[in-house]
Amino acid sequence: MRDFSYLRAASVDAARQAAALPGAMLLAGGTTLIDLAKCGVAEPETLVDITHLKGLNGIEVSERSAIIGALAKMGHVADHADIKSRFPAVSEALWQAASAQIRNMATIGGNLMQRTRCPYFRDPANFPACNKREPGSGCSAIGGVTKGHAVLGTSDACIAMYPGDLAVALVAFDAVVHLGQSQVPVDDFFLLPGTTPDREHAIEPGEMITAIEIPGSASARRSTYLKIRDRQSYEFAAASAAVGIEFEADGRTIRDLRVALGGVATKPWRARAVEDALKGKVLEPDAVRAASLLAVEGATDHGANHYKIELAPRVVARAILKMGETA
Amino acid sequence: MTSLPITLTINGHRHELEVDPRVTLLDLLRERLDLTGTKKGCDRGQCGACTVLVDGKRINSCLALAVSHDGAQVLTIEGVAHGEELHPVQAAFIAHDGFQCGFCTPGQIMSTLGLIAEGQAGDDPERIREGLSGNICRCAAYGGIVEAVLEAQQQLAKADRRTAA
Ligand SMILES: Cc1cc2nc3c(=O)[nH]c(=O)nc-3n(C[C@H](O)[C@H](O)[C@H](O)COP(=O)(O)OP(=O)(O)OC[C@H]3O[C@@H](n4cnc5c(N)ncnc54)[C@H](O)[C@@H]3O)c2cc1C
Ligand code: SF4
Ligand code: FES
Ligand code: FES
Repeated sequence: MRDFSYLRAASVDAARQAAALPGAMLLAGGTTLIDLAKCGVAEPETLVDITHLKGLNGIEVSERSAIIGALAKMGHVADHADIKSRFPAVSEALWQAASAQIRNMATIGGNLMQRTRCPYFRDPANFPACNKREPGSGCSAIGGVTKGHAVLGTSDACIAMYPGDLAVALVAFDAVVHLGQSQVPVDDFFLLPGTTPDREHAIEPGEMITAIEIPGSASARRSTYLKIRDRQSYEFAAASAAVGIEFEADGRTIRDLRVALGGVATKPWRARAVEDALKGKVLEPDAVRAASLLAVEGATDHGANHYKIELAPRVVARAILKMGETA
Repeated sequence: MTSLPITLTINGHRHELEVDPRVTLLDLLRERLDLTGTKKGCDRGQCGACTVLVDGKRINSCLALAVSHDGAQVLTIEGVAHGEELHPVQAAFIAHDGFQCGFCTPGQIMSTLGLIAEGQAGDDPERIREGLSGNICRCAAYGGIVEAVLEAQQQLAKADRRTAA
């Protein structure tokens, strides 16, 4: 690890000011940042430790919304009784992420800011070409081993997959990121790679995530997160889906549907085409399977990741049908 | 690099230390304090060999900067037994062959202590496996590990009932 200086922030304002200086980075649980510092991807000059700040780890759940402080730990949120009952997909996404140890360390703010697991991105010594790390240097993944790369939202510059689980559930339920006074919808917070894959989040140096807010809804209450992976636990998604559903009074006609995909796209991927195709319809397996194919409209593969285009719609369909059964 | 002063309570002993901000809790334990029971496997959060309890919660010490944990209570494998008497979790790992080479074992045991304290797994082997999935065993002693956890939980519950009675 390169030498850095350490500063323990005494207040949110002090943290923001310190983090605005060139070379400064916020430190929360460290499970992304220390890892990336060890492999030479992150080279902070100053670490601004925010873990000692008070009042940023609360979880407030009401009829209207859940507001989760940026320093709340993944494990704490996953296990919170009101999150489990009103936002099951959020709790399930967190339970299925990483390991118990990491969930005890990692914060919600840091979770939104986690970086891609693209193996080329994480290995600068052997793969100098990576547009995300070094704009303009090229992409080692295109033409390389692409089993874990994205099939949706890619560009000629970068095909790195967004690896997180929580944000997939957040984007399905229109959550908002609080940056102190200003607020950004989660869907806009994550950026497509386009020609600037080095910019992943709509956040500037000197800004800090203070909380996330998830509006309450009937579909959030009746929701699930289905994650398919190479091994059963402690692994990133091969494909995943956050699904929430609300029925009309007849218990069969779909009033509201939320679908978002993980493990297949360059950002948490809301699948509105699937939602629109099924809203107002009676939940019926063949219709669900047909509509789920719309989740991967416009997908392009790079060889080894082709399986994701077949897998993702099946994961979506299975999750929707599972929510239908519990009517 | 300027060293920074921190205080850590490790296995009940208070340590006042000066640390380079880059030093992980794992390296501090092993290299500075000779507490080499905590193992370094991947050094990247991927294996669980470095698991310790910080303020009662299991974490991977390889991704924890020591300086950020100023003031914390740390429990390592060296602090688990009571003198010569093994902790029920340690005894159960031996009784059920919960290891082969033993490299992952300190991490497995610390993780088990965390799991039991969290009270999530109950006596369901599937949930124990899930709850311990952050601890990889290269020798694949998983069968014995799950049996050991089940047995240790029973022993601890019995001991609890005795103290309650
Ligand atoms: C082995 C392993 C397996 C994993 N598996 C999964 C998985 O299956 N699913 C999943 O979703 N995740 C997984 N993760 C990723 C993990 O969830 C993230 O590393 C974690 O959530 C990051 O949170 P942190 O608090 O540790 O962040 P840090 O590492 O402290 O910070 C990460 C980044 O966020 C910035 N940051 C931190 N807090 C804020 C804030 N409040 N405002 C603005 N910027 C901030 C930091 O500057 C840094 O750039 C895994 C990680 C590891 C190591
Ligand atoms: S896919 Fe993106 S992150 Fe991976 S090597 Fe290419 S540019 Fe870098
Ligand atoms: S050494 Fe810490 S998780 Fe592997
Ligand atoms: S006993 Fe050898 S790695 Fe687990």
